Amino acid sequence: MPTGLFHSTYQEDEKIFRTVWLKCWMGGLLLFLFIGFPFVAPSLSGVFGFSVQHMANMIGIYIIGAHGLNLLTGFTGQISLGHGAFMGVGAYTSGILFMKAGWPFWLSLPAAGLVTAGVGMIFGVPSLRLRGLYLAIATMAAQFIIGYAMRNWTSLTGGSGGLNVDRPSFFGFTLDTDLHYYYLILILTIVATLFLKNLLRTRTGRAMVAVRDRYLSAEIMGVNLFKYRLLAFGISSFYVGVAGGLFAHYNLVVSDEHFTMWLSIQYLAMVIIGGLGHVLGGIFGTIFMVLLPEVLRIPTEILSNIYPNIFAIFGTLRELVFGLVIILFLIFEPDGLAARWHTIRAYWKLWPFSY
Amino acid sequence: MSPGFLHFSQLVVTGLVVGSVYALVALGFVLIYKATSVINFAQGEFVLMGAYVCLWVVVDMQIPFVWAFLITMAFSVVLGLLVERLMLRPLIGEPIITIIMVTIGLATVLKSIVTLFWGTQIKVFPQIFPQEPLRFQGIVVSEVYLWTFGFALLFMAVFAAFFKYSRAGIAMRATADDQQVAQSMGISVKKIFAISWCIAAAVSAVGGILIGNINGINITLADFGLKVFPAVILGGLDSIVGAIIGGLAIGILENLMGGYLDIYFGGGVKEVAPFVVLVVILMIKPYGLFGTVEIERV
Repeated sequence: MPTGLFHSTYQEDEKIFRTVWLKCWMGGLLLFLFIGFPFVAPSLSGVFGFSVQHMANMIGIYIIGAHGLNLLTGFTGQISLGHGAFMGVGAYTSGILFMKAGWPFWLSLPAAGLVTAGVGMIFGVPSLRLRGLYLAIATMAAQFIIGYAMRNWTSLTGGSGGLNVDRPSFFGFTLDTDLHYYYLILILTIVATLFLKNLLRTRTGRAMVAVRDRYLSAEIMGVNLFKYRLLAFGISSFYVGVAGGLFAHYNLVVSDEHFTMWLSIQYLAMVIIGGLGHVLGGIFGTIFMVLLPEVLRIPTEILSNIYPNIFAIFGTLRELVFGLVIILFLIFEPDGLAARWHTIRAYWKLWPFSY
Repeated sequence: MSPGFLHFSQLVVTGLVVGSVYALVALGFVLIYKATSVINFAQGEFVLMGAYVCLWVVVDMQIPFVWAFLITMAFSVVLGLLVERLMLRPLIGEPIITIIMVTIGLATVLKSIVTLFWGTQIKVFPQIFPQEPLRFQGIVVSEVYLWTFGFALLFMAVFAAFFKYSRAGIAMRATADDQQVAQSMGISVKKIFAISWCIAAAVSAVGGILIGNINGINITLADFGLKVFPAVILGGLDSIVGAIIGGLAIGILENLMGGYLDIYFGGGVKEVAPFVVLVVILMIKPYGLFGTVEIERV
């Protein structure tokens, strides 16, 4: 019996699901997500004290955005501190096209992605000449400029009052419960994940990874740096724009306060904590970051017996913990949750004969 | 003077004063970048910390301002040391994104500590510098502005002298130039890293105290640190002269743009103008006025 996984052809080695077991697990997971989860969610909500269905929807939306940032930062090595604002561009685009121009939802959502991709590529242009830290600053400027536009371009965005968005409907069927949204978001999240996973197996994806690892060598090997960096910005912004569009139609109100620098930081934290350069990383990181504040609520409630006014400072405490989590992860677990997951899996796969 | 020119000069003078404080904070930023190649996103939070600690010592402990100032300096030095030792040193050699992210995490932590202790309301310093407006050819300048400008220049001069003549300053310049060579010449690079963070925290605190005397302080003072980015990009990331000139230029520019363009864009131009300038500079002259140009050929 072979103690390990051996491949005798390249084709086998490149498969996404390399063993039958993996396929079964994946099938089981999908089955659970599609059929099981909606049944369990209400009772889980009772246990945890928050709407699990709503959380799942938010996680789905943010996973799409995090995948986008992971493609850019984790796989192409370009830092972006502007993805919060890019998500806002998507949200406003979809909202405005849907509400003011009367476009159907199935058209306004991809349009949101495309417009965001365009905006992202404009701010990605400096990436040709600039290395990491300059790019971080350039995208940070993008964050402030777009934020300003969202606040002050009142005729288009509704200013600080925000923009109200109606519930979307497909061919006469309106999405009016969290569960309806759940299926829409779940399907889009799966499509986004599969597209990312497969993109990385193509020439484009490999070129991006080459640009990240050693861009000079990549250029020598015939990878056009500018093209692939810009493409990464475009695809990445498309993802986050679609996430923004979904957010707009789910949250039903869009205002500039949803898309501040803070969101950009949260996105970065998601991919770093999850694991840069792992498709799983975006998923794990997002689940972790979205659930963290909810989980924090439990000790806060216990502490509120001793310190009655702790709820007044809950927001601040949350930020404090959030900052600490980022710092501690970077120092003690720089490869993120995905790497830890791989280690654990590798250990159990051959247990108890680990050699 | 014609009213138009008067308006213009008023804006320039105000911009110059704010710009001098930008320059001071930018100095700290460039110092850290030059010596340790760390981009510090928590510079604004150092400003915030300094201002609040000083205010706390003056108002709640009833200690005279001069002593409070010294206590704040000591506090900032300790803060800088702790940050360097606990957070940055374990990450030496890690990729840029890790370093950027850890300073962002630090910024979040410092900001929430300030909110926890002091809340979010605006607090005002007791009057330290006289506020009477001085008139010069029709331009009105509050005296506190002049003091601020003077102090900022004084501190810049002190630091310029420190880098040029003191032993530690020369060692810092050597380290910035080439860490390995510096180390082989017997300079403790670790010590230099620590000193850089201390000085950066201290000058930022000075900036915070100065600006706090003008406007009062609240949590948004931290955004001040972000304005430093346009300043250092304009001046060149690794140039001390550039930081000073960039700071002054951004101060003047944002005031002029705010003064003349606010009516067209519905206000708040001052907040965003520096970043527009930043993007433009990055597109046409990415290494700024005095920065070292890195040439890479494939």
